[in-house]
Amino acid sequence: MLIDFFLHLKAKKLPVSTREYLTLLEAMKAGVIGHSIDDFYFLARTSLVKDETNYDKFDQAFGEYFKGVQAIPGLEADIPEDWLKAMMKKHLTPEERAKLEKMGWDKLMEEFKKRLEEQKKRHEGGNKWIGTGGTSPFGNGGTNPEGIRIGGPSAGNRTAVKVWENREYRNLDDHIELGTRNIKVALRRLRRFAREGAQDELDLDNTIAGTARNAGWLDIKMRPERHNKVKVLLFLDIGGSMDDHIKVCEELFSAAKTEFKHLEHFYFHNCLYDYVWKDNYRRHNERTNVWDLLHKYGEDYKVIFVGDATMSPYEVLQPGGSVEYSNEEAGATWLQRVLDTWPHAIWLNPEPERLWEYRHSIDIIRTIFGNRMFPLTLDGLARGMRELNK
Amino acid sequence: MNKRFQGTENYVATPDLMLAVNAAITLQRPLLIKGEPGTGKTMLAEEVAAALNMPLIQWHIKSTTKAQQGLYEYDAVSRLRDSQLGDSKVKDIANYIVKGVLWQAFEQTEPGVVLIDEIDKADIEFPNDLLRELDRMEFHVYETRETIRAVKRPLVIITSNNEKELPDAFLRRCFFHYIKFPDRDTMAQIVNVHYPTLKKDLLKEALEVFFGLRDVPGLKKKPSTSELIDWLKLLVAEDIPPEALRSKDQKVSVPPLHGALLKNEQDVHLFERLVFMARNNR
Repeated sequence: MLIDFFLHLKAKKLPVSTREYLTLLEAMKAGVIGHSIDDFYFLARTSLVKDETNYDKFDQAFGEYFKGVQAIPGLEADIPEDWLKAMMKKHLTPEERAKLEKMGWDKLMEEFKKRLEEQKKRHEGGNKWIGTGGTSPFGNGGTNPEGIRIGGPSAGNRTAVKVWENREYRNLDDHIELGTRNIKVALRRLRRFAREGAQDELDLDNTIAGTARNAGWLDIKMRPERHNKVKVLLFLDIGGSMDDHIKVCEELFSAAKTEFKHLEHFYFHNCLYDYVWKDNYRRHNERTNVWDLLHKYGEDYKVIFVGDATMSPYEVLQPGGSVEYSNEEAGATWLQRVLDTWPHAIWLNPEPERLWEYRHSIDIIRTIFGNRMFPLTLDGLARGMRELNK
Repeated sequence: MNKRFQGTENYVATPDLMLAVNAAITLQRPLLIKGEPGTGKTMLAEEVAAALNMPLIQWHIKSTTKAQQGLYEYDAVSRLRDSQLGDSKVKDIANYIVKGVLWQAFEQTEPGVVLIDEIDKADIEFPNDLLRELDRMEFHVYETRETIRAVKRPLVIITSNNEKELPDAFLRRCFFHYIKFPDRDTMAQIVNVHYPTLKKDLLKEALEVFFGLRDVPGLKKKPSTSELIDWLKLLVAEDIPPEALRSKDQKVSVPPLHGALLKNEQDVHLFERLVFMARNNR
């Protein structure tokens, strides 16, 4: 029976391993728990799930597998009617409430429960099932006036009743940190250790050599500790076509931030021109002149551009080509300036490598960068780091 | 080792936490604890040790901590110095092996509790370097060519603040528990444990303010259990009446001694601005 349970979890994409499964069985054999489904739920969770971001997935999978068992903590809250009602009172105007009565609250909830059970898969469009888009009262991005919104970012028209936060651990899901370990390991290739700062570490080899030279009298030699002294300037393309790649960029950024002591980041839009900015909310007020950067950061900085390089070729080649303002000098000139100042520079492109040849602007920037453009994948990152280390 | 942990007088443990601790005790596997700061991760180890009457050995991790330091260190400088003085100790290298936390724990004839606190502070490879040591509870001392094996396997409790991810191989060997932020009832229990004499109405008002504050969007650091406890201590010490906290009806105000709850000037600033806006709306 439990083998099926294990396989069910695996099928639900929970990262469970055989070793953890054996631990669970061992714990049951050792009598850690009594004969209660609550205890079993807790034990299975503590031995099989190793990240709170997966608690939610586990709750769902567990509930599905042990269908009919009512007393599973965490799932009782599946349809938090009281909460929803309270929220409704708080947030809906009287007119809205009146509109809701078109269907009736109880009926709405009842229907909702029924459909939840009927529905098997993610669903898009249509007018009955829960999913995104469409005119069913359930799901998100819909247009039914009395719809219930379930998860997901809200649609522009915001007609769904309220976001349905059912499971307790839901908001822990999709932590940015998730999956950055691999990126960090790739970024580590860029590390270059050097000894700098206060001399606080015993240099054993030198001490022995010194002592021997002193005919046996102790001659202690100290040296500074090793630090990662690589300095990195990160330029991130933001907005527009980059929105599709925001997650992978966030991961890269969050990994890079912890990996390098000297890391400066700046944002730009589409192509580099006169100005960059550090905080995207204040991009129009707090801009930094690129000339200042060129003067401030020495040539030992390694420069990483992240962007899809997907734009009209004019934005790179023509003065005044920027979509935001009239730039006096072409983007290509600025890029060339950057490359002249910092010889160690690469461009990371989140677009798949096979698409590069079809986009003229990618080709132009790649040429400017002397082919030092790499895809934003683990392999591409590793290649890029090797290039930067040359 | 068939002791069971049931929570203590000073520590309110939820059933799922107790079960995780007991599973780790029974199967002698490490227990990894995560959770918001201030939810009592470090305290858990102390309380488990106290409740089960086991010695507690603590290892607080810093960014410079190396895995090897938990096992042993070879004190070459002392040996070199002693050789200058002609000390006869010098002949035996074992005199210069300094035992680390894990070695000390392995030596205990009674099983103890080892707390590895804030493992995520250390280098990203740190957990990997301890895999075998925590799994087999043994390690090899290269200098003296001996193998140290745990006499009685200690209960290892590891805490993490989620600053770095831990490697899969390491996670697979642990039990895991995420300490959820306590709900209102559990919180009342926790406060009760700390201040049994606290007036009921003060507690009610204080919890109201506290959970209201936690709901304020955009706070850099939400106040946690330990901050609530501190705040209550101040309220009691200053003898603030419960009515002072209940000001919603007449006018919105900043709760007294809010400095104990909000530890960040941006947060205080944001909060005061919100209060100001709320007042203007009335």
